[in-house]
Amino acid sequence: MSMFRLASIKSSEITPREIFQARRKIIKASLGLTAAALLPTAAHAEKKPFEAVPIGPYSGDFPVTDYEDVTHYTNYYEFTTNKTGSTMLAQALKTEPWQVEVSGEVEKPGVYHLEDILKKNSLQERIYRFRCVEAWSMVVPWIGFPLSDMLKTFKPTSRAKFVEFTTVYQPENMPGQRSKSLDWPYTEGLRIDEAMHPLSFIATGMYDDELPKQNGAPLRLVVPWKYGFKSIKAIVKIRFTETMPQTAWHKAAPDEYGFYANVNPNVPHPRWSQARERILGAGLFASKRDTEMFNGYAEHVAYLYKGMDLSRYI
Amino acid sequence: MRLKKPHWLAIKAVVFFVSLWPLVQLIIDGMNDGLGANPVETLHLTLGRWALRFLCLTLALTPLRRLSSQSWPLRFRRMLGLFTFFYASLHLLVFLWLDIEFSWHYFRQEVADTPYLLLGLATYCLLLPLALTSTVNMQIRLGRYWKTLHKLIYPAAILALLHYFMLVKSDLNQPLIYAAVIFILLVVRIQSKRIA
Repeated sequence: MSMFRLASIKSSEITPREIFQARRKIIKASLGLTAAALLPTAAHAEKKPFEAVPIGPYSGDFPVTDYEDVTHYTNYYEFTTNKTGSTMLAQALKTEPWQVEVSGEVEKPGVYHLEDILKKNSLQERIYRFRCVEAWSMVVPWIGFPLSDMLKTFKPTSRAKFVEFTTVYQPENMPGQRSKSLDWPYTEGLRIDEAMHPLSFIATGMYDDELPKQNGAPLRLVVPWKYGFKSIKAIVKIRFTETMPQTAWHKAAPDEYGFYANVNPNVPHPRWSQARERILGAGLFASKRDTEMFNGYAEHVAYLYKGMDLSRYI
Repeated sequence: MRLKKPHWLAIKAVVFFVSLWPLVQLIIDGMNDGLGANPVETLHLTLGRWALRFLCLTLALTPLRRLSSQSWPLRFRRMLGLFTFFYASLHLLVFLWLDIEFSWHYFRQEVADTPYLLLGLATYCLLLPLALTSTVNMQIRLGRYWKTLHKLIYPAAILALLHYFMLVKSDLNQPLIYAAVIFILLVVRIQSKRIA
């Protein structure tokens, strides 16, 4: 059986172009208003680089979280465990030049320049829910391309059953990497069918703009049906493997973080409930939201885990 | 110069208002949209941290008295102890109100199987009788039992620390600092007992 079985997108699931373009205008208008209200500076009045990028499939029309919140509340342990502190510290990251080393079970291994990867993949926007394992969530309009588009250009072999991603190791600019809060560099992984699923996305921008460093610039993964820690930031290595790769959080606490890390309200974290989530930017008195199975993407991804006991494969 | 009663009153008033400052700061931040993307979490964690800090300060007074061979630190024991309880109460209130929404359903769903939250509740249950018996009147009525009862602050400190340790994902630096402080404050007591 081919490992590259792609989920077929039913034509009924794809929003007609006219409709999404119209929605997009409404969203953009409201975004523009928020941005203008928050930051009436000349820099932000400028045209953003990805304003003309079209909306892709699977993009939801959920209310988008404020840019300020998304950029000032990030888990980036390479800098600090403080979610606000990472905003400033991350600016020290050196992102130019940027290369991605592709290895393992592929026909075209090698070191790829970021510009070459970007040239080969056309950009689209995806408005996705993002659910952190810490029980908070947000909605982010990512700019990027499907992960499968990029992976296919490296021509994985039939022995490629998993994909492993590695974050940059830059201890001179990443103070958190000088302490042992996790085993650096950060690594994550996906089963090949998860990686090839059309929902899996590589982001190089967000909110029509470049990807801020604290949000994973210049290249990050976005897997919306899994807890946020799977969506690895600042990727420098992609390795195709036959066996399941080790992941950073699994190494740190194997009984708490599994390889799959699918959002699942019915399986609590060993130390806290996953039944509800705090919506970022909703304010002091807003209720939490009931967490959805696979973060609301069950209809698209549930089949990937058919027959698996999801309380065991966490 | 020997300080007289009015002086002590003035000093106590200053300590009182300084101790209220963390709360005032949170209120100011709250009114200026300064609590960040997750304001409930900011409130909750800040109040919890201040409860733990006041607990450390309260525990520091007895060793301070021994070190300085002066009795003045004990004048602040009740006030700082009550501020510990005050911030712990607000910490719990934020949780029950803004997280659990005073709902039994959510309480069972999110607290019943969550050890670190149960530990937090247990800590509060230990602090509650201390606050209730903090008046001079209760001190007289309980007599020698009062001192025994107020030793509950030691298990409360240890439970509070465990509560903190269990909620952290991987970076133990912050709870370790508090653990070190509380460890020193407890060891100093054992040592000075031996010497005495």
